[in-house]
Amino acid sequence: MTPRWICLAALALSGLLSVSAHAETIQVTIDKLVFSPAEVTAKIGDTIEWINKDILAHTATATNNDWNVAIAPKQTARLLLNKAATVDYFCKYHPNMKGRVLVTP
Amino acid sequence: MFVRLSTGLAALFLLSGAAFAQGAAKPTDPQIAHIAYTAGQLDIDAAKQALAITKNDEIRAFAQDMVRDHTAVNEQALALVKKLKVTPEDNDTSRSLTKQAAAKLTELAKLKGAEFDKAYVANEVAYHKTVNGALESLLIPSASNAELKSLLQTGLKIFQGHEQHAEHVASALK
Repeated sequence: MTPRWICLAALALSGLLSVSAHAETIQVTIDKLVFSPAEVTAKIGDTIEWINKDILAHTATATNNDWNVAIAPKQTARLLLNKAATVDYFCKYHPNMKGRVLVTP
Repeated sequence: MFVRLSTGLAALFLLSGAAFAQGAAKPTDPQIAHIAYTAGQLDIDAAKQALAITKNDEIRAFAQDMVRDHTAVNEQALALVKKLKVTPEDNDTSRSLTKQAAAKLTELAKLKGAEFDKAYVANEVAYHKTVNGALESLLIPSASNAELKSLLQTGLKIFQGHEQHAEHVASALK
């Protein structure tokens, strides 16, 4: 008989593995006030990573108010996507910077 | 040479209200650094005046953006001149910009409420237009150091964004 803790550990591990096997990190670069790529497609559980190459502070702010991510100069910020939706976003400080995330189940 | 041509430039400025003139003497890197830094600082001063006077949230947010961005760019500019061991050199263009900005601060200080907001943002549109035009046609082409040129190009992108943002805020006020 397999000790119970091993089963639990195995379960936990397989859970972790299945998440890491499926969840992706999608990178969006910010360079000279442009989100690139401007549009990305993702699945629930994926993470978006904004890489800010500018010397300026930016944000990724959803127009539907679902999220608001601060992205410091020369830093990276992440957002876990937990809802299926098409979300338009912009930078609060530079409103002509625009992007879109398409999240599918 | 620069002084003599700049006198002509100053005369032009009196006539047209523009601190920059096309086809004037090509500024040197120390002068370009001084002009760019001054232009940023003047916009920070204008924003600080706006923050002290305005009661409009959108104007406040815009002015805060100006302080944040121009401070960041100017910090970068200071770090660069230090690295390049360049001493920014005062010049007629910097002086006209400063003089013009001081006059504008005095003029705006007399206004209140919506009148102030409109005048501030209209001046922000005009100011960024002037500075961006000068960056594009005079300062960037004249810069000889590659790093200075690249910082000016980044600055231009940022300030073009400010110009559009200011235009957007101006049209929302109407």
